Amino acid sequence: MKKVEAMTVSRALPRLDADNRSFWTGGKDGQLRLMQCQDCRTFIHPPRPVCRSCLSERVESVAVAGTGVVDTFTVNHQKWHKAMEVPYVIARVALDGAPGVFLTTNIVGCPVDSVDVGDRVRVKFEQQDDVFLPLFEKIG
Amino acid sequence: MAAAEAYITGVGQSAVGAGQTRHPLLLTLDATREALDEAGLTIAQIDGVSTYPGRAQGYLGFSPVGADELIDALGIRATWYAGGSEISSQLGAVVAAAAAVRAGLARHVLCFRTVYEAAALARPEEYPPLRRERVDGQAQWFAPFNATSPANWTAQYAMRHVKRYGLTREQLAQIALTARANAMLNPRALVRQPLTMDEYLAGRMISTPLCVYDCDRFTDASTVLIVSAGAALDEVRCQPVRIAAMAGTVERHSWDQAEWMASYPTGRDLWKRTDYRVEDVDTVQLYDGFSFFVLTWLEALGFCDVGSGGRFVEGGKRIARDGELPLNTFGGQIGAGRLHGFGFAHEAVVQLRGRAGERQIGGDPRVAVCTSGGGPLATALLLARD
Repeated sequence: MKKVEAMTVSRALPRLDADNRSFWTGGKDGQLRLMQCQDCRTFIHPPRPVCRSCLSERVESVAVAGTGVVDTFTVNHQKWHKAMEVPYVIARVALDGAPGVFLTTNIVGCPVDSVDVGDRVRVKFEQQDDVFLPLFEKIG
Repeated sequence: MAAAEAYITGVGQSAVGAGQTRHPLLLTLDATREALDEAGLTIAQIDGVSTYPGRAQGYLGFSPVGADELIDALGIRATWYAGGSEISSQLGAVVAAAAAVRAGLARHVLCFRTVYEAAALARPEEYPPLRRERVDGQAQWFAPFNATSPANWTAQYAMRHVKRYGLTREQLAQIALTARANAMLNPRALVRQPLTMDEYLAGRMISTPLCVYDCDRFTDASTVLIVSAGAALDEVRCQPVRIAAMAGTVERHSWDQAEWMASYPTGRDLWKRTDYRVEDVDTVQLYDGFSFFVLTWLEALGFCDVGSGGRFVEGGKRIARDGELPLNTFGGQIGAGRLHGFGFAHEAVVQLRGRAGERQIGGDPRVAVCTSGGGPLATALLLARD
């Protein structure tokens, strides 16, 4: 079994494919990347090879700011499997500069009871194998 | 009776329990027999089958029986059938059946939902849990963040109600308290112990603001609804209940990209397709896989304004069995067990026929709303006894 750092949370990892690779590996260069239509500028998430606003196929992966706002959240207390450490914060983050896109993520690096709707957050990538998971930390 | 309309005729249900050993196909047969008996039909008169989500190969406890399998097992001669998960939640199977009988593709469609989740959990050697090296599809956006349970997804919508609209735990508690009180009067209910407000408030947190009592419970059971064509009602021997309106939507097919849960557009659409109004409804049977869904359905269907669901149910009197809008009178999934959507339509029909026994509501009910889903997928049916 692969050696895991003591503080690394056990996570299911995504299977990488042509659609999602840039999202899940952008963190290698410190970039949060989303698909965007180059004709009407709509962001497309989950990533797909066509724009859901104008049906353009000129869809490309672009870097966004990597900051955002907690739209809503929950503190999970249930151990869904034995290896799980609880409690932890699951949040839906509205991304700056990418209207209409939300990421489900974890807010890390702060007490679980300190997270609230409206908190400003910044991406913090966590690498596991070839995947760079976009977690978020509170700003300030 | 209108020949061009669709009716629910027979309804049936197997024993409901956790860890049943009776074969899931036989549980489905039990429910089928009861429904046929009630409708005065024989299996030879069934010419259509509809189910959700079909046989779930990788997760058999969730759905152990498929439509094609049932057709073969019971010797049904089907002129139309359908089963699958890509439809607007569980009662979407009833919508499909109603559309089929209205189009003349079948006369009597057997709609079923069989669940075996508790049995599968108890017998993992027989029903091995799904194992994957890596996740894909929708799961990839949630599983890496350990946000794998629908409890987590629903909790975030519920938290938005807490923060935006001031929803309190005491208000939310009324859904579980009502369900558990009603389940006491349902001989088939899975949980038949009362729940108090103090117990609720002390309940173990699952995913804030949802505690253990806000969640439904795995069960093993089958529920059957027979949908018949108006033109075929001369063949049945029961009080038919008309499907007066139907609605179903999908919102981004996603638990995090949609601003609103699918219950909201579904509720609005329902009233565009009928002359009945909200005030005409005698009872509501609203999906409660998690208690919070019920509040969104009450708002979505226009019983109260968006954001005021908590205040609407406060104190519990209004939604009690003897209140102005009796809710989930069989116990919902929280009290009666996770029948997965079909239990709500079953109970609506039983109440409209006045056959609910000890839990029968008063006032000669004629109109009911039943729903399934409420997250990215939602279905609502308006049922009327003419």
